[in-house]
Amino acid sequence: MATSAKSQKRSQNFIVNLVLIIICVVWLVPIFGILITSFRPSEDIFRTGWWTIFPHRAELEVGRIYLDPSVDVDGVITIGAATATFEGRSPDGEVTEFDREPIEGVSATFEEFRNGVVTEEGQTLVWSGNKRSRELRLFDRQWVGFDTDLTFKNYQDVITGKTITYQDAEGRTITRTGNNLGIAFMNSLAVAIPGTIIPILIAAFAAFGFAWLNFPGRNIFFTIIVALLVVPLQIALVPILKDYVNMGLNGTFLGIWLAHAGFGLPLATYLLFNYISTLPRELLESAYIDGASNFTIFIRLILPLSVPALASFAIFQFLWLWNDYLVALIFLGERNKTVTIAVAQLVGEKGQDWHLMTSAAFVSMLLPLLVFLGLQRYFVRGLMAGSVKG
Amino acid sequence: MLNTKNTQNEKIGVIQWFSSTLGQILISLFVPAVTFLVLWQGFLFLSRAQAPQIILVLVAIIWGVGGVALLYLVANWLVLKLPLVWSKRLQPFVFVGPAIAIMGWFLAIPVVRSLIASFQNNLSTEFVGLQNYVFAFTDPRMLETFRNNLLWLVFGTGFSVGLGLLVAVLADRSKFEVIYKSIIFTPMAISFVGAGVIWKFIYTFKGTGVGIQEIGLLNAILIALGGTPQPWLTLAPWNNFLLIVIMVWLQTGYAMVIISSAIKGVPAELLEAARIDGASEVRAFFSITVPYIKGTLITVTTTIVIFSLKLFDIVRVMTGGNNGTNVIANEFYLQMFTYNHAGRASAIAIVLLLAVTPVIINNLKQFNKERKGF
Repeated sequence: MATSAKSQKRSQNFIVNLVLIIICVVWLVPIFGILITSFRPSEDIFRTGWWTIFPHRAELEVGRIYLDPSVDVDGVITIGAATATFEGRSPDGEVTEFDREPIEGVSATFEEFRNGVVTEEGQTLVWSGNKRSRELRLFDRQWVGFDTDLTFKNYQDVITGKTITYQDAEGRTITRTGNNLGIAFMNSLAVAIPGTIIPILIAAFAAFGFAWLNFPGRNIFFTIIVALLVVPLQIALVPILKDYVNMGLNGTFLGIWLAHAGFGLPLATYLLFNYISTLPRELLESAYIDGASNFTIFIRLILPLSVPALASFAIFQFLWLWNDYLVALIFLGERNKTVTIAVAQLVGEKGQDWHLMTSAAFVSMLLPLLVFLGLQRYFVRGLMAGSVKG
Repeated sequence: MLNTKNTQNEKIGVIQWFSSTLGQILISLFVPAVTFLVLWQGFLFLSRAQAPQIILVLVAIIWGVGGVALLYLVANWLVLKLPLVWSKRLQPFVFVGPAIAIMGWFLAIPVVRSLIASFQNNLSTEFVGLQNYVFAFTDPRMLETFRNNLLWLVFGTGFSVGLGLLVAVLADRSKFEVIYKSIIFTPMAISFVGAGVIWKFIYTFKGTGVGIQEIGLLNAILIALGGTPQPWLTLAPWNNFLLIVIMVWLQTGYAMVIISSAIKGVPAELLEAARIDGASEVRAFFSITVPYIKGTLITVTTTIVIFSLKLFDIVRVMTGGNNGTNVIANEFYLQMFTYNHAGRASAIAIVLLLAVTPVIINNLKQFNKERKGF
């Protein structure tokens, strides 16, 4: 009885872990795919999937067959020593002697050859090109080992603004300027760091004011802030863009800091208020009795005591700013473009340059991933407190 | 003698008082003026300078953060210069004023301005009545976005919360809980644009033909299972679901973390008692855990519903809204920038606002009930 309960529990445990492992693999494979791709040479990316760097069985070209001009390609074509010449291919694609079993008496129409015909030995014969080419390729399923041809070139190309050359999907050599992701990275920092600190500072002042000072309209103003928590920022884009154009703020860092402060302030004020209003009343009262002014109390007492709350919101806001696309797209645009804009442009312009897109995407993810993994505890705390925001 | 001395003293006192007040007023005007001048010059320098990027960025960071701190200091200093009654009256506004002003400018007033613009023409020069709303609610383009947003709302939210709940419950029973949760949570750190690249690569399609090897994972799996590759992102209406997968990938971690902490709060004795009474695990889950975490489930669902209503980046990067994948926020963007129709864009923004209004009302009700510190 006891053992059966135990074994039941063990099998239950096994199923639980199995399900979780499957979900985790599904979750990680996408990231893994572009991580590997970002280190592969562009020609390889276009030719084979990223998973082919692992040992696998693949159809390798082992030979070519050229039909004699006398063979009628409109009817049934029979391949043999009498109708064709054979040529071998090494794994590197070099021409060699044809050292395999001779192919004799394989017959099929052009259409069938086009779709591939499997011989008795398990090899595949495929017509290459159009009818007039009279050329067939012979493929064999073979094991391929680790393909370790990895490179940092994609990252170099995408980060600098110098002229770069690579081969595109059709094998053409492309020469153009790099994507200057290094500069975009700096721009993202210039947006995200002040864009995080400024609203937090303003929100901390306001939260203290709402929590500990008395003034007319306090109730109404705070109710409005609660209402603003989930207002979609699309509502602000048309009027604010108009203001920015009039004021010359469009495309400037100041403009986007203010915008992010505006959109982030309701949540920041609300969260910090919840935290600051729970600080012990006696602590503040004794400070007032000692003759400290509101300002000194705020700087000396409230700010240091609120560090946990400030930190959680800071991580939250930093990740949101770093990953933001819409606000940057509208208020910064081409001038001072951030990494998200640079990556999105890359996707829009060059739909097939996977070597650049994947490495650019990885550059854009590097910092948030580090911040995130390093400070996950604080982030989760901020997330819990902020789950009212949309 | 005494008298004259006294008046002289008084005179000197008046002059002293006058000059010191005048000086104070002058200083009071001078300090903020200098502050603003310095900050304005900094702004001009930053927006025009051709210095190396790294220097500009450093200056921008110091100038921006320092500037805000300086403004508070100066404002507080100014208010303290005033007579006591006034400084007491005004000081709270030094603290809350800037926040209220910025929120007013960027969120509260734009609600009214967008509402007005939504009744005006494309350039906001003439009133056109309800024309923009007729577009917003009857145009086939908009109806398509409503359908798609409904798909996002139902399936995106459903799968995010469902999977999040599943992982939270299962991970709670595993020794490796932390590892599993970290993995599922990681996409939260990735931008939608980055996620767009990741998934576009999975859905990529090279075309049919002999000798072409698919480099997209989805098509490769399909071929391995004996199917033919598909141009996934142009296959309406299924492409919507492929985009929704991206949202689920990004948002499940969020749902999981919040739900997981709620599950930790379910009293172990309750569950134990249920098991002793012979309830199965499934039964115990549905009659004890679920009712216990109901509030959290509602909060998480609401947050993700709002997210799915405002969704923009994924669609913009993956398809640009083509091939039947358009959503409300993308149509807003198109009306605003591609068609330059401020009226229609504003009407769409108001529609979005209307969609989240129930949540706003609920938040206010909740706040009124709790009223912490008020």
